[in-house]
Amino acid sequence: MSTVPRFFPVMLVVLFLSGCGKPQHDTLVLTGSSTVAPLISDLAADFEALNPGVRVDVQSGGSSRGLADVRQGTAALGMISRELRSEESGLQAHVIARDGISLLVHARNPVTELSDEQVRRLFRGEIANWQEVTDFDARVSIVHKGEGRATLDVFLAYFALHNRDVKADLIVGENQQGIRSVAGNPGAIGYVSIGSANYEIAQGVPVKGLAIAGVAPDATAIAQGDYPLSRNLNLVTQGELGGLAADFVAYARSPQAHERIQQHFFTPVVNP
Amino acid sequence: MRDQVLRLITGLAALVAGLLLLLILAELVRASWPALTGLPVKAWLFSGHWAPGDGQFGLGAMLASSLAVSVLALAIAAPAGILIGAWLHLSAPAWIAVPLRALQGVMAGIPSVVYGFWGLITLVPLVNQWAPPGAVLITAVLVLALMILPLSVLVTDAALHQVPARSLQAARALALSRWGTFRQVMWPTVRGSIASGVVLQFGRALGETLAVLMVAGNVIRWPGSLTEPVRTITANIALEMGYASGLHSQVLFLSGLILLLLVMACMLLVRGGLRG
Repeated sequence: MSTVPRFFPVMLVVLFLSGCGKPQHDTLVLTGSSTVAPLISDLAADFEALNPGVRVDVQSGGSSRGLADVRQGTAALGMISRELRSEESGLQAHVIARDGISLLVHARNPVTELSDEQVRRLFRGEIANWQEVTDFDARVSIVHKGEGRATLDVFLAYFALHNRDVKADLIVGENQQGIRSVAGNPGAIGYVSIGSANYEIAQGVPVKGLAIAGVAPDATAIAQGDYPLSRNLNLVTQGELGGLAADFVAYARSPQAHERIQQHFFTPVVNP
Repeated sequence: MRDQVLRLITGLAALVAGLLLLLILAELVRASWPALTGLPVKAWLFSGHWAPGDGQFGLGAMLASSLAVSVLALAIAAPAGILIGAWLHLSAPAWIAVPLRALQGVMAGIPSVVYGFWGLITLVPLVNQWAPPGAVLITAVLVLALMILPLSVLVTDAALHQVPARSLQAARALALSRWGTFRQVMWPTVRGSIASGVVLQFGRALGETLAVLMVAGNVIRWPGSLTEPVRTITANIALEMGYASGLHSQVLFLSGLILLLLVMACMLLVRGGLRG
């Protein structure tokens, strides 16, 4: 019996050190946009099934996180739901799909379209009740995105709004949180990735998208280039693309991925 | 030999645990040092103006929001929990007490994100009916109170179990009523452990992130009304740490340091209270 405790620390040390060995799998880490993450998670599962021994780890947190992680080398690929800016040099973007941003209201709200000026006035807090816009008596609640989110940047740029001027009632992070928040409040208006919104609407969540400049937010309008508030979904890398990351990017851009992309209500990009 | 090995292992474990806390503290100080030394105290501690893009880093409003949400949640959960715990121990029939105790254990173990999700789906629309937009200070208080209530009940219940049987027999011999026994005999014995439990719950409420992030609205402003959205320090870290860099990230580390110091102060208070 007395040998057991003497043996025990050795066991602990062995267990401890065994954790320090090389990982048995090749692991690819992707972080970034919560718009892109659900699609990439599905593509990653397909990719793992096609390539035994490969592990793909997908984490969301916003496009800016993706950029920061790629720069620091903690992720091989960053998911960003906008274009790279001119000051973001040294990075390469690989387009995998197109998406738009849709204004989102509760399904009970009868409004179907808003003018750009109405959107500006709503988000500046100049319209307090929906009665000023449509036949619907409800206090307006503005659901706004937190800083560092690409959806926020694209939205503000399109409507020429400054973040300081937006009178938000609720600030959300991930798309799902935004959609659920609108679904829980008949007077709410938010904006969200069209892909994410249509995915949730298909699950029966009581929200609906609004037309911008007369164009309804759906995949067809984006594919034809008619929807004004659209953007590319990108995977970004620092420096040359190589190894597992190159294989994954090639897979995500191949026709094999199109079905998944459409399942997430995004529009595949036909590569030249 | 056996004792020595055991003592070595336990001693090492204790040392590692203590060192880890020191390392975390040192790392937080190191990561926030440029902000600590570079920014005037009143620019980050007392200002409520937070706009990282414009170089404004006022943590004051969010710090006040964190404290307000936690204190209010505690004001609901602690008395309720103590009463339920006392009732469980003193007068609940066994067929209620046993399943209720188990239920409280389960409730204490539910991940906070589940409480947050329930709050977002159920409580926010409810609150929205009388206080739009629904995701406001009081919603966060209610979700937090529900989260710490089981801890409060269990701590009270466990503390009451530790009252020596001798004292209870003596009380019975003196023909004290049930309420009299509780007030005169049990309460003086257990109030120390209950108070330390309350402080631990306060620490938990202060540090809670995800559930609050989902229901508090996250608009940065001083907490002035129960029906306006607020952003807590933890929610701010969760929302912004992912992409922050430079001074922005240093100030976020600084806000983490403030939280850790607050929680540590609470713990010291508990230990001081137990000795006193």
